[in-house]
Amino acid sequence: MVIIRKLGAAALRYLRITGLMGLFLAKSFLYAVIPPLKFSRLLKQIRFIGFQSTLVIILTGGFSGMVLGFQGYYSLSRFGSEAFLGPMVGLALIKELGPVISALMVTGRAGSAITAEIGIMRISEQIDALELMGLNPYRYLIVTNLLAAIISVPLLTAIFDVVGIAGGYLVGGKLLGVGAGTYFGEMASYVKMEDVLEGIYKSISFGILIAWVSCFKGYYTTELSGFGAEGVSKATTQAVVLCSVLILVWDYFMTSILYH
Amino acid sequence: MIRIEDLHKSFDGNAVLKGVSLEIDKGEVAALIGGSGSGKSVLLKHVAGLMRPDRGRVFVDGNDMTSLSGKKLTELRTRLGFLFQAGALFDSMTIFENVAFPLKEKTKLDSEVVRQRVSRELERVGLSGSEEKYPSQISGGMIKRAALARALITEPEIMLFDEPTTGLDPVIGLSILRLIDASHKRISFTGIIVTHEIPRVFDIVDRVALLMEGKVYFYGTPEEILSSRDGAVQEFLQGKTARASDDEKA
Repeated sequence: MVIIRKLGAAALRYLRITGLMGLFLAKSFLYAVIPPLKFSRLLKQIRFIGFQSTLVIILTGGFSGMVLGFQGYYSLSRFGSEAFLGPMVGLALIKELGPVISALMVTGRAGSAITAEIGIMRISEQIDALELMGLNPYRYLIVTNLLAAIISVPLLTAIFDVVGIAGGYLVGGKLLGVGAGTYFGEMASYVKMEDVLEGIYKSISFGILIAWVSCFKGYYTTELSGFGAEGVSKATTQAVVLCSVLILVWDYFMTSILYH
Repeated sequence: MIRIEDLHKSFDGNAVLKGVSLEIDKGEVAALIGGSGSGKSVLLKHVAGLMRPDRGRVFVDGNDMTSLSGKKLTELRTRLGFLFQAGALFDSMTIFENVAFPLKEKTKLDSEVVRQRVSRELERVGLSGSEEKYPSQISGGMIKRAALARALITEPEIMLFDEPTTGLDPVIGLSILRLIDASHKRISFTGIIVTHEIPRVFDIVDRVALLMEGKVYFYGTPEEILSSRDGAVQEFLQGKTARASDDEKA
């Protein structure tokens, strides 16, 4: 009986949190379309989420492409199909690895910081102070992060893809001898616009997901994760874990939807 | 101006407020005293509309804070100032930016006018020269003064103070109380001060409300509470007075 009661209580709690998350996202989008927009804060967040993530995206993109170049070349050479290295690297990066790895990198670098910042603002009553000044915390803190992530994540993904393709060529072309014409020519023949769009759609949805989960976990730190530094630390960990898992789960659903 | 009617609030089944009723007239300042955990700060947050009660109502200038939302609540809040216990300064902004923030966000004042008003307000609270410092670079007393300057910069009609002297030494605490008194004389706000600063706070308030067991046990002028023969009131006051004089000696 006690177990059933505990299970019921846990189920109700998760149901409540899910509902709260849904409402949070709906309110965020509502305030995003109703002016005024805190433009200077938006620019600041684009700089933080986007510009300041560029180096890590270039590094991960470059090495991901180089690894793909190696692995792809040795796998394809078994079938005598080294000429298809370009399309293989291009498709893998544009459709899958670019959006997913970029989103995971942004989660680790910016998502965690967003949760920590909003969480600290919550526990130190700075969000209450905003409300008491007659300012809407959603408009000031959440909408700006949401729009900044929607703008930044696809751009970072594009950088990841370009650097990754260059990295693939560096290994496949310069090191292992696949010609530039073959590498890039075959890529242009096999990578279609819909593949590029698939990557863009995915990265936009990942941007929404990162901002949504990171802001939500920070905003409800005291209610869902606890008080003080421990609460913020828990909220940050939960945000990164949940974001990472949701990115991979959502990626599967997006792929299956876009393929049909 | 502020009317609280039969306010009830519980947290996880623990009743904190069990039917609080209180009325504060326009221009009056009331001290809200009571033991730790008696619900003083919770009551203050209900007045600010930061918490919703389980039962009861809070009227601020005729508006029911318990049912207000959206634009009406925002409008009312622009007439209200709140000094948080820990200051709640924005830690990524300088002191100047913190104090200027309400003016920049809620008014269309020219940046030069904003600068002049902020400088004047910081001078009043004795923080001239600290404009470019961040909250983490200044002392607890300076944080309280900066937070007071931010709360007063819009010259609110209603001011709510949540333990303005907690964590400060008696000398700095007294300076904060004097600043509150001076700002009241200048702006004539209606105010509530949640405090343990007994009896010093009695010099600057018009009324005192003693909160006990989730209800207002005593409400009257400072003179009335000091001359009260009620055993519980005297026990509370004597305990607080003895602690205050110990603090001063220390």
